[in-house]
Amino acid sequence: MASIILRRLLATVPVMGVVALFVFSLLHLSPGDPATILAGDQASPADVERLRDALGLDRALPIQFLEWIWRVVQLDLGTSIFTGLPVTDLIVQRLEPTFSLMGLTLLFSVLTAVPLGVLAAWRANTFSDRAIMAGAVLGFSVPVFVVGYILAWVFSIKLGWLPAQGYRPIENGFWPWLRNLILPSMALGFIYIALIARVTRASMLEVLGQDYIRTAKAKGVSRRGVLFVHALKNAAVPVVTIIGIGVALLISGAVVTETVFAIPGLGTLVVDAILRRDYPVIQGVILFFSFVYVLINLIVDLIYTVFDPRIRY
Amino acid sequence: MAAVSRRPTIAIGATLFATMALLAVFAPLLGTTDPTAINPTARLQWPSAEHWFGTDMAGRDIYSRVIYGARVSLIVGVSVALLASVFGLFIGILAGFIRGLDGVLMRIMDGLMSIPSILLAIALVALTQGSLASVITAITIAEVPRVTRVIRSVVLSLREQPYVDAAISAGTTTPMIILRHILPNTLAPLTVQATYLCASAMIIEAVLSFVGAGMPPSTPSWGNIMAEGRAIWQVRLNIVLFPALFLSLTVLAVNLLGDGLRDALDPRAQRNA
Repeated sequence: MASIILRRLLATVPVMGVVALFVFSLLHLSPGDPATILAGDQASPADVERLRDALGLDRALPIQFLEWIWRVVQLDLGTSIFTGLPVTDLIVQRLEPTFSLMGLTLLFSVLTAVPLGVLAAWRANTFSDRAIMAGAVLGFSVPVFVVGYILAWVFSIKLGWLPAQGYRPIENGFWPWLRNLILPSMALGFIYIALIARVTRASMLEVLGQDYIRTAKAKGVSRRGVLFVHALKNAAVPVVTIIGIGVALLISGAVVTETVFAIPGLGTLVVDAILRRDYPVIQGVILFFSFVYVLINLIVDLIYTVFDPRIRY
Repeated sequence: MAAVSRRPTIAIGATLFATMALLAVFAPLLGTTDPTAINPTARLQWPSAEHWFGTDMAGRDIYSRVIYGARVSLIVGVSVALLASVFGLFIGILAGFIRGLDGVLMRIMDGLMSIPSILLAIALVALTQGSLASVITAITIAEVPRVTRVIRSVVLSLREQPYVDAAISAGTTTPMIILRHILPNTLAPLTVQATYLCASAMIIEAVLSFVGAGMPPSTPSWGNIMAEGRAIWQVRLNIVLFPALFLSLTVLAVNLLGDGLRDALDPRAQRNA
């Protein structure tokens, strides 16, 4: 097991390398002198020179890249142009809202989508199957901000059940925290549920045609037992894969959802940074999100071996 | 082709999409006013006989802006679908055929794919001033890796086919094999992929404009109209609702088209349908 983890870990190095190269290039591809951009509008020529010297921006690009990577590995993501604070601190401050939103969405999406997909496969080509799959097409088509505004309008403005804006830290109580996240999670989960339900259905259909399912039925295993134990366990690998890949949707969606519901997370951090051209913050957040995505998919790869012991790396 | 016309999803999707395309083309003839005309005396009106979808904070007619907005969305969607397909096809075939390049190209694609596409596009647009060309370029770069992956896997499986072996042993040159045996067989998956690219590009364009990193704010695009309604959606939902509705319908049309094509072109999917 240790060697599997190690090998998979090594395989993520080139991927993160490409991400880092892209993120590093952002500043150098942008029109204008990097040192002048990083110093901000208020800086004097002397400040610009001091910064150029401190960050080694006058050296050859490959050297700069290596130096930058070295700083990133030590969790030094630079300083925000706008606030003057370390980017790492800014990211850490915004972690809780974003992870709360994404975690809650992940949990409730999987708990909704997998049973829906199983139901659709079991009832293939019936009304319930078609209704669920039509819902999935809608889920892919209605963008997250549309769902967000409609949910907020109905459940917050019209019915007054849930807050439409903002975030409450969990340390101020579980219920206020949850109340503020219900609508954003539903909006964000819409497309994710569609994706997972669709893959679950396809994967289950494949498995339900197998001989061992007929055997299980023949020896009198209950319907629930056949579906959720015999079939779902064997159909799990594609489902778990898509849950991992779909995290990219969650990250992209979180940027929008946080803007709609005014949640002070990483998404609003990066949106504000773009409007202010605060490059170190943009670079830091993209690097961080990509790291999270790669990490989650690494975990997914390792979960495979639990569901399907035949898979060995 | 008979299989294509029998599918209701394709018919519904194509009709909806054609309607949106007609709206976009004939926008000036559809009872619209100048979508950028500011009218301070008619700010924030609810839908009425004069302003079908109401007016925004600057008194611009939302109906006109939404109809003209179809142009931006469709141009971005179709351009990205075409460009990303062409580049993805090219890189995918290179990776599938030249073993030395495969590793390098696919690592680059894996890296780009681990940057969530909206963030990648936002970052690229942030480099330049937002314009139609920069939005299309940014979304294309974000989408190319996905196409590349699909095409590469198709090429790799085609290379194992007996008729490709036969062509190789008959002394057919590699460019000829690609042209005769590989390209025609990538068309079906590429077409399906292109519809999803188009849908995803339209959503990303709207998101870019919505968060203020897309088209110049004066351009009537669905994302921009929604961005203007963002601050006051609690009192004037119509400003975000109408562009949202049109965006959703257009994306739905393209997705239906894509699903229908996928089922029609893939015999395996047909069995499960």
